[in-house]
Amino acid sequence: MKKLINAPENVVKEALAGMAIAHADLIQVHFDPDYIVRVGAPHNKVGVISGGGSGHEPMHGGFVGYGMLDAACPGAVFTSPVPDQMLAATKAVNAGKGVLHVVKNYTGDVMNFEMAAELAAAEGIEVASVITNDDVAVENSTWTAGRRGVGVTVLLEKIVGAAAEAGADLATCKAIAERVNANGRSMGMALTPCTVPQAGKPGFELAEDEMEVGIGIHGEPGRRREKLAPARDIAEMLAGPILEDLPFKSGDAVLAFVNGMGGTPLIELYVMYNELARILKDRNITIARSLVGSYITSLEMAGVSFTLLRLDDEMIKLWDAPVHTPALRWGM
Amino acid sequence: MQITADHVIRFLQLVAERVKEQRDYLTKLDAAIGDADHGVNLDRGFSTVMSKLPTATDRSISGLLKLTGMTLISTVGGASGPLYGTAFLRAGTAIGDRATIGAEELIAALSAALDGIQTRGKATRGEKTMIDAIAPAIDTLKEQYAASGDLLVAMRAAVAACEQGMIATEPMLATKGRASYLGERSIGHRDPGAASAYLMAQALLETIERAAQG
Repeated sequence: MKKLINAPENVVKEALAGMAIAHADLIQVHFDPDYIVRVGAPHNKVGVISGGGSGHEPMHGGFVGYGMLDAACPGAVFTSPVPDQMLAATKAVNAGKGVLHVVKNYTGDVMNFEMAAELAAAEGIEVASVITNDDVAVENSTWTAGRRGVGVTVLLEKIVGAAAEAGADLATCKAIAERVNANGRSMGMALTPCTVPQAGKPGFELAEDEMEVGIGIHGEPGRRREKLAPARDIAEMLAGPILEDLPFKSGDAVLAFVNGMGGTPLIELYVMYNELARILKDRNITIARSLVGSYITSLEMAGVSFTLLRLDDEMIKLWDAPVHTPALRWGM
Repeated sequence: MQITADHVIRFLQLVAERVKEQRDYLTKLDAAIGDADHGVNLDRGFSTVMSKLPTATDRSISGLLKLTGMTLISTVGGASGPLYGTAFLRAGTAIGDRATIGAEELIAALSAALDGIQTRGKATRGEKTMIDAIAPAIDTLKEQYAASGDLLVAMRAAVAACEQGMIATEPMLATKGRASYLGERSIGHRDPGAASAYLMAQALLETIERAAQG
């Protein structure tokens, strides 16, 4: 294992400390329980918080700031945070207008957020939750823990964050969040595995000429292993199931999000974006907005995920609204 | 035979030791079908329980179990934190303010723990989870205790059933938890939660053997 670390058990805390110093104008970090909170919290609006295992940076801590999240709760690497963290973060951002929990659909995340929401409710805080589950690689959701929450989470946090910033109430924020989740689909693949610092070894192994299709974001293997193929074939492999699932139709306007898994150079992401744009053009689907970069990652994994979100006018307006966080910034 | 708070402390120490010893084994099982953190997470949780035990103010059986449950919920994360945490909390609640417990109270507490896991995890048997090791163990414990009236005999049979249940997860197709995303590829691997449940069952048996010796 070659990593820029001091000790595996200190990675999360030391990274949080670094983030706090690097972005002191935007965020503060609270330790024990660990959470990242927007400066000046609580703000007079619905609080929006998220959380999940570490190792997916910049998600979620990098999205704390104006127009996006009010707080983020980082767990150990690839391990959901614990209820104490979400409870403390919920209290820190509650301005009396309620708090929305954005939860990715993983068994541990759902259970820990559920316990935190019960505890917050017991303290008189109104909490609503939205669970993202956009990963079409999970084929039979009846026989699994359900589809995983992946790329849509990033888009949802931006859009619902803008709604909360504009003064939407908790029920409206929840409804917008659910609409985003319902209209978004994702799928990813890996060229290389990744190594959890405390495990010291990769989560799975891939030969030089192999790729893993349908991966999640926790170093877990995907649904099938295939021989490596050209970018255009991989793009078809990912876009096909996404397009068929919703389904996206001719005339739809979408946000096209090409995401790097952590170890993918931007040049390759643009190769993939080019392929995705061609596929969408062939189907007469308009790319109204785009996002290209590594925003929801899996440590140093090389690979890519595609997310398509069918947009409506309100979503476009909220997407375009100003945002200022460590990882996303425009309009201000 | 009566189980005392000292026995419970010994049980918790045994679990913490075994989890530490088997940390890499549990993590390796989890790497095959999950996310390679089960051993690391449980070890962090039980190490924290060990560090809190010396200064615990409520040293009753239920107090110790609740402290363990709260600590696991606060430190383990993942799915196993809420699941084992809920199990210890429910067991503590079932025992209430009893200073010592006999076989029937122990069986009731273990049943309450299993109920807690099933409720929190929304899982049943046959889904390749810790429930597949715990549920047959508790069934056997009840049957054998009803038949023999001897807790030690019943507990030995229960731990054997727990081991069988753990092994039986290997050919199962996972339909709950992160392993479910692998579909058919989850087949052939032992469930890490079932393996950690078996470690705890072994520790409980050793504790009862010790209690039986007086």
